[in-house]
Amino acid sequence: MSVDATTPPRVIFERPELLADRSTHYCPGCGHGVVHRLLAEVLGELGLGPRTIAVAPVGCSVFAFDYLEFDWCEAPHGRAPAVATGIRRVRPDAFVLTYQGDGDLAAIGTAEIVHAAARGELITAIFVNNGIYGMTGGQMAPTSLIGQKTTSTPRGREASLAGYPIPMTEMLAILPGVAYAARGSIADPSAIGKTKAMLRRACQAQLAGAGFAIVEVLSNCPVGWGMTPVESIRYLRETVVGTYPLGVLVDRMKKEA
Amino acid sequence: MTASVSAGEAPTPPVAVPDRPKRVLMKGNEAIAEAAIQAGCDAYFGYPITPQAELLEWMARRMPEEGRVFIQAESELGAINMALGAAATGARVLVSSSSPGMSLMAEAMSYMAGQEVPVVLINVMRGGPGLGSIQPSQSDYFQATKGHGHGDYRVPVLAPASIGEAMDLVATSFELAERYRTPVIMLADGILGQAMEPVELRYRTPERLETPWALTGADGREPRVVRSLHLKPEELEAHNEDLQAKFHRIAGHEVRWTGEQLDDAELVIVAYGTAARVARTAIARARAAGMRVGLFRPITLWPFPEFQLAELSQRVRGMLVVELSAGQMVEDVRLAVEGRCAVGFDGRMGGMVPSPDEVVAALRRLDESERQGTRALKARRPRRHAPLTGPRPVTRAEWHRPPVAGGGPSLGDDVFSPFGDDAWSPEWEQETPPPGVPGSTSGQVPGQADTPVPEPVAPATRNGGRP
Repeated sequence: MSVDATTPPRVIFERPELLADRSTHYCPGCGHGVVHRLLAEVLGELGLGPRTIAVAPVGCSVFAFDYLEFDWCEAPHGRAPAVATGIRRVRPDAFVLTYQGDGDLAAIGTAEIVHAAARGELITAIFVNNGIYGMTGGQMAPTSLIGQKTTSTPRGREASLAGYPIPMTEMLAILPGVAYAARGSIADPSAIGKTKAMLRRACQAQLAGAGFAIVEVLSNCPVGWGMTPVESIRYLRETVVGTYPLGVLVDRMKKEA
Repeated sequence: MTASVSAGEAPTPPVAVPDRPKRVLMKGNEAIAEAAIQAGCDAYFGYPITPQAELLEWMARRMPEEGRVFIQAESELGAINMALGAAATGARVLVSSSSPGMSLMAEAMSYMAGQEVPVVLINVMRGGPGLGSIQPSQSDYFQATKGHGHGDYRVPVLAPASIGEAMDLVATSFELAERYRTPVIMLADGILGQAMEPVELRYRTPERLETPWALTGADGREPRVVRSLHLKPEELEAHNEDLQAKFHRIAGHEVRWTGEQLDDAELVIVAYGTAARVARTAIARARAAGMRVGLFRPITLWPFPEFQLAELSQRVRGMLVVELSAGQMVEDVRLAVEGRCAVGFDGRMGGMVPSPDEVVAALRRLDESERQGTRALKARRPRRHAPLTGPRPVTRAEWHRPPVAGGGPSLGDDVFSPFGDDAWSPEWEQETPPPGVPGSTSGQVPGQADTPVPEPVAPATRNGGRP
């Protein structure tokens, strides 16, 4: 096989333009970095960077504004969908997204996410679900699995005491204001590719004015789960998806088309 | 001191109105809403609550007509956070609620102060605590001026006393919010919201300022972040120092108040909002009865006109604070006056409004106790400062005060002190109060009976003479 020395080398992997060139504060093995990269890729490919106003959550990803290079507004814990609503309504040309964890979206912010979805707000919610409150040291989240040990469920989550995991995205998918709802994962390259496609579709839903869009991304928290990064990925792939099945839950753009 | 209004560094220019403005009968909530629209409000977010619901309803009809944003949110939390988001893009944003709803908005108030987001909030106050009532009240003074969210911050608070003034102060609120990048509260009450008054349709649209901080999409510029989070203590301290410098600027430039008949006044009623309306009638009746009474009406509750009150306190005998509350602003008046004159309080709670005659009676009590106290003090030791009020039921402050050792204004042995006996040093109250001063709670500085104390004397607070 001959190599033509005059042909410049082809770049096949590089840092997306919207991803800042700096190391993150996330723990080793954390899934947020993957989700950040996917988001930077999708928004970059759709050319949305200059139009994007994102709303940061409270939790581990509160510093997302340090890593993703577009305008950001901070929101009180759980209120990101309301803040995003305000932004989107006064700036119809903006592309508005929220980046929220499971404590933010599925516990303290349930009212805001449900009503933003019910109104069919033209916003895209990125819901990173790792089933734990990582920032505060690994307490039970509303999405923690039954039996999952956390610092606030030291014997494992018991339904009789702490109830059941909330399938938030399924609940939202039944609302007519929701144009697109899907659940992906970062467990392996194939899942990551599918998640990227979901993110792209969720962005297109907003661009098409079809309604509210949400992508739940199952992620890991090796430190909070008390596992090595490799173990946590295996747990994600083999156990977590049992409670939270992957796939597109609703795509109302298809029906309309 | 004459009737005057002191404004900030850039006083609002008078409106050029080509024709004589029309006078129409309007309900307070609706007049305020329309004034906000005419002031260029881009977006309104609200949640139904009595007695401000008509404001929301007016906006629901008018904002879409104007092609602007109206959302009835899922809660006050939703409404205020929508406002936060909209204002972070540089839009002119209004939120309104009533007392319980304001409590829910407290969280976002703190964030907006930290993130420096300009939003105007209107609180049409009702009675509390809890669900309370839907009748007018001024019991959110503490909340508005010192309370709501966590952290070191202040927000400007404006208190109109008429519907016409409320319409003007809406525009002022937007100006202050945008000039200083801060939330601003306009404190109305159930009467101002629900009453109808003839108002001049005189509107003002504040000029739009540059917003080099607003989120508009990072198109051809560096990304912006509207944030309050600064995890490094050095950074957060620097951020707080910037905020404090701003609050000092506001305090220095934005004090607003007005006075009536202060030139010859011996006694002054200090009141804001609806209470000032009652006070005005009471003053007319007191003057008819030969009392020389004036009105001091703060328009900004924060920044509070403390220097103006301090100045006034040097040449009047007493001040009567009238509020629709158990006595909240009276604390700021006492802080401003620092014992230089007597300070009394008269108020009703729970939606009750004092009648002008009740206020006149309170004026007489203040007048009498001030004279009595002065006489008694003079007999003992010549000093102008008097105990603050006459015979009355046990006040909240006294309730918290343990019985005084060795006589004094004992409340009886069964008085419970949540602070324990140690909290009160007996030496503070070793001296018995002068005879004939009912209800006196002032410990006395040992003084020589016949030696005049030079003026100005040390402030005689309620616990005057406390080391």
